[in-house]
Amino acid sequence: MTAPASTLTVDLAARFPGIVTAETRPGCTGFIVEKDNLIEVATVIRDELGFDLLTAVTGVDYFPEEKMEVVYHAYKTTGGPGLVFKVQVPRVDPVEVPSLIDIWPGVDLQEREAWDLMGIKFTGHPDLRRILMWEGFDGHPLRKDWKEGFYEEDTKPFKSRWPDGQFYMAEEKNPFNDNLTFPTNFDPEKWIPEGDALLYGALARYTVKQEDGMSTDRIVINMGPHHPSTHGVFRAVMTLDGETIVGLKPVLGYLHRNHDKIGERNTYLQNMPFTDRLDYFNSMTNNFGYALAVEKLMGIPVAERAEYIRIIVSELSRVQNHLIFIGTLLNDLGAMYTPSLYAFEERELILDIFEEISGARMMCNYFRFGGVVRDIPDSAMKKIKDLVYDRLQAKTDELDRMLTENEILVSRMKDVPMISAEDAIRYSVTGPVLRAAGVPYDIRRADPYGIYDRFDFDVAVRHNGDLMDNYLIRIDEIRQSLRILEQAIKQIPEGPINSQKPAYQVRVPAGEAYGRIESPKGELAFYLVSNGKPNPWRYHVRPASFVNLNALEKISIGAKIADFVVILAMFDIVMGECDR
Amino acid sequence: MDNEKLSLPQYDIPEDMQHAIAVTTLDRLYNWGRRSSVWPLMFGLACCAIEMIAAQTARYDMARFGMEVMRPTPRQADLLLVSGTVTKKMVPAIVRLYNQMPEPKYVVAMGACASGGGPFKEGYNVVAGIDKFLPVDVYIPGCPPTPQALIAGMIKLQEKIDKQTMKTNRWYDKKKVDANYVPVPVLGPDLMDPRRYDELKAAAAAKATQQESA
Ligand code: SF4
Repeated sequence: MTAPASTLTVDLAARFPGIVTAETRPGCTGFIVEKDNLIEVATVIRDELGFDLLTAVTGVDYFPEEKMEVVYHAYKTTGGPGLVFKVQVPRVDPVEVPSLIDIWPGVDLQEREAWDLMGIKFTGHPDLRRILMWEGFDGHPLRKDWKEGFYEEDTKPFKSRWPDGQFYMAEEKNPFNDNLTFPTNFDPEKWIPEGDALLYGALARYTVKQEDGMSTDRIVINMGPHHPSTHGVFRAVMTLDGETIVGLKPVLGYLHRNHDKIGERNTYLQNMPFTDRLDYFNSMTNNFGYALAVEKLMGIPVAERAEYIRIIVSELSRVQNHLIFIGTLLNDLGAMYTPSLYAFEERELILDIFEEISGARMMCNYFRFGGVVRDIPDSAMKKIKDLVYDRLQAKTDELDRMLTENEILVSRMKDVPMISAEDAIRYSVTGPVLRAAGVPYDIRRADPYGIYDRFDFDVAVRHNGDLMDNYLIRIDEIRQSLRILEQAIKQIPEGPINSQKPAYQVRVPAGEAYGRIESPKGELAFYLVSNGKPNPWRYHVRPASFVNLNALEKISIGAKIADFVVILAMFDIVMGECDR
Repeated sequence: MDNEKLSLPQYDIPEDMQHAIAVTTLDRLYNWGRRSSVWPLMFGLACCAIEMIAAQTARYDMARFGMEVMRPTPRQADLLLVSGTVTKKMVPAIVRLYNQMPEPKYVVAMGACASGGGPFKEGYNVVAGIDKFLPVDVYIPGCPPTPQALIAGMIKLQEKIDKQTMKTNRWYDKKKVDANYVPVPVLGPDLMDPRRYDELKAAAAAKATQQESA
């Protein structure tokens, strides 16, 4: 599927002799760039080679080799395969790497995450605070030598459970009798909590007094983590001038469930059910991304029937996601409940199908490496056909008729700016928000995975980039998904549903892989590093919601606070995926 | 009014007055009113919250049990439905919300995560069950519990309310009225529960002696 990177990148090593070297480790691709020349090389990558969309930044702790590595994945919004480049630095504190925030502002949150979890200091980053954990937390948890309170062993299955099954409660082994670790001789009574001093400090630059002689106060308000319109436990701290937002910082991590750390301890297959819980509206597409990444590493084919099943369940998932999006958007706009009741009605029908084929309504755990776990029974297939051919088309039209021309909706959303195409790309925004800004970038087309290249569909795109377009594009996408579904249902062949024998453990050769899909929220990707053992050495989720939030500050400044709720709704964030 | 549930059968009411009079105890009347208007706090934590929303929609319709009025503010809520993974970063906020709720108040732990940490129990930012901080009335198993399971759990809560009596309710007892105040945890190098400071200090000191002898 992915063309070898060499076609693009011969230039890079030749162009910067002595600065850029091609990756030589088995199973790895890309280039290693000298730390001191990173900015120079990155500028060339963006400006001359045209990789305008930097999607992922993450660190890898090569503990045994005493090295830390920062891995960048860059793509072109015109389509095609990506470019991987890396920086290696010795693993002695402080681990410092230059920040690329001036070249791709979209690295902001991801660099902060790498600082928080791996302790990589990005020099030149203007606001390098912790993001998922709180300020004052002891250590950088994703480092390989950092152990949590309930640490038992480096890898699963744990000896205590298997093969002997001598199970005990993790609490019994921990000195604090809980999931806690404290420095030796720590005295809690002497601790002075940092509070949010740094956070408010970061906002302080917006609180300067105006110079027009009016002594108006700027006020700081907190929205979240408990707020009905923040779609979970998201928190935004804003500075207001009257009703206009003049400063904003998103605060994340209230649902940080340590996917990366747990994922590095699990075996490859054990991670599958954990991916369900990332974007919990779309367990099917999450599974898809992870399965792709592991299949790339293993180099195995996918059974033909399973390829079609994958498309069918993913597109069904997209349809219900967008329906819920419309329902909750209307909730946020003040149309409490009625539109979302319509949306949930259809969602229930789709969840019934998921339950029938996978056993669970929400947490499907349905994909396996090389295929899927169960076939779609005829009864479920009939339900899918009924839905796709009759019901969903009509229901989408109904929602469209009911809502799109509603006067309140139009006056709240028409011509209220969201983001421009250039800014969307700079801030690494992907998914419907990018397409509503006029960039026809859809990974299903731009870098096809699975068998999306066999279907006839249009990449939905809108050109005004206002809130209305962001709403309309969801309806367009539902219609396109239904088109794909119709074709997939017609073409699906009989046959086995997995190219491999069912196994609890899979053999994964050493190497790295980046599996990316167009999830309903944007680009969802899994970056895996394998060292040939049964557990991944590095398991990193590149979530769409999290990276899209890079642009939130930029969009919100200048907007009215009442519009902020709608702007946030347009990102369609899901905290499970955002905070992981 | 549901006569069958409210009336105490041992009082004989003349037949011609049965449609007009019901004899009951104050407790029963009071509990009947409370159990039929449990207002949950509109508060979702994680995946389980989605099933909580699904339970509110037309297909499952929790309104049948008088539980459809979700209040966004804790001041108006009776029930804290902990629907999802409780993280260390979030738990101070949850405890604060709980403290702000007026009595009588109840806590339901929905799902594996809220009950005991669930699939993420070992995570460094995860609290292994909300019952480490709040008194839980009903635990609902599942990951996520289906809307039916959630409703079953709510019915269990109603049964619990039915059994309470005004004589011993803590919220009418001056001495016990603050009994359910929970000190807000502090975010230090790790999560610190003010009720356990002495214990933490002792364990941290023991760790030091252990290291010295090693
Ligand atoms: S119990 Fe399962 S579904 Fe519920 S919050 Fe935890 S992981 Fe999510």
